[in-house]
Amino acid sequence: MSMKPLIRHNNGWIIVVSMIVALMLTSMPLPEIVQNWRPAWALLVLIYWCMALPHRVGIGSGWLFGLCVDVLQGSMLGQHAMGFAVVAFIATTVHQRIRVFPLWQQSLIVGAMLAIEMLLTYLVRGIADISDVGVVYWAPLVASIMLWPWVFIILRDLRRKARVY
Amino acid sequence: MSVIKPLFVKGPSSVARLCVFLLISALAMVVDVRYQHMETIRSVLSLAMYPIQYVVNAPVSAVHWMSDSLSSRQALLEENTKLRQQNLMLRSQAQRFASLQTENSRLRELLDSSVRAGERVLVADLLAVELALTSRHVVLNKGAQQGVFLGQPILDADGVMGQIIHVNPISSTAMLITDPEHAIPVQVNRNGLRAVATGTGKANELELLHIPNNADIKAGDLIVSSGMGGRFPVGYPVAQILSVTVDPSQPYARVTAVPRAKLMRAREVLLVWPEEPLDQNLVSQADD
Repeated sequence: MSMKPLIRHNNGWIIVVSMIVALMLTSMPLPEIVQNWRPAWALLVLIYWCMALPHRVGIGSGWLFGLCVDVLQGSMLGQHAMGFAVVAFIATTVHQRIRVFPLWQQSLIVGAMLAIEMLLTYLVRGIADISDVGVVYWAPLVASIMLWPWVFIILRDLRRKARVY
Repeated sequence: MSVIKPLFVKGPSSVARLCVFLLISALAMVVDVRYQHMETIRSVLSLAMYPIQYVVNAPVSAVHWMSDSLSSRQALLEENTKLRQQNLMLRSQAQRFASLQTENSRLRELLDSSVRAGERVLVADLLAVELALTSRHVVLNKGAQQGVFLGQPILDADGVMGQIIHVNPISSTAMLITDPEHAIPVQVNRNGLRAVATGTGKANELELLHIPNNADIKAGDLIVSSGMGGRFPVGYPVAQILSVTVDPSQPYARVTAVPRAKLMRAREVLLVWPEEPLDQNLVSQADD
């Protein structure tokens, strides 16, 4: 860690603000029709930062972010935190490869990561004996894949403008 | 300007770190489900999360405030007249209720059974925030500071809504009776038949469990809380029976009911402190 002073961390508040906005979008009331299709905003934002700045946002911050989601949603403490840590691990591990992919291909990879998180949560819920909701559980996955390119472009422009690195 | 990123960062490998965090999560979940210790941590964390919920709720409450303050004088006058009439009616009913209550407690004393006292209530606002898709939970703007406690029943003007499941310093989370995890002991108002009503996860449906095929229950019956288990106060309306399906090949009838409370539309709810000891109740009444 002797290299640490060489890195000038600047504008880190952009990361925090984007995460807070993601939490707001997660708990924002939506009309009944689109309620089930709410994208996994928090995960999308986490994946972006893990991919763009893996030396700043990683497993630890992902876990903490997931814990915030747990508190906000009233789920078991650790349920989302666990999935978020796993996603952060995958995203930081493969960040160099997916960064250069075309957007549609990126969407698919992001979708795979989300699916892993949701599957993990699904299993945990099964163990904890929380009742199943059927196929509607997977609807956010589709919405998230469709939205990834926009999330990516917005956050990338934000990061470049604010020179976050 | 140095943007050199260290390629070979020392420290525990990411796999090791992941394992540590997975272990912590698993431990936290087990403790959270099995024991109550995590409630303190949760309430501290949710204090930090409250600003987010507050901001999310702000536009909705702003719209309500606007529609309140922009409504015309005519509409307000009409509403006022209507409310005044309603108030008169309710007060006349309350007069009779007071005398019935004293009579009831006197009779109970004669029978040597315990005297039931009235309940204390507090109005709380629902925050317009969305929780997990799979559960029917709501957030209230009253918390431990106002004396809210775990398992406290919440009602609206028409019936039982649910109970408190997490208490935070200035807010709390309640589970609605339609949540699939929720069950409430009830009885049929007409004949006192006891049952347990559980949520189905659908917005407006309850199911009554273990009703024998030949039980005296039919569509349209009102079911009220039975007070068994001591969590909900006795005699509050819960739901109205929607359908009773008898299939002779099944041991029990399938009974569905519609909750009386406006679960999806309510903006304000009542928090109830059930059945305080009689002498304390007298003191609080004297204070009023």
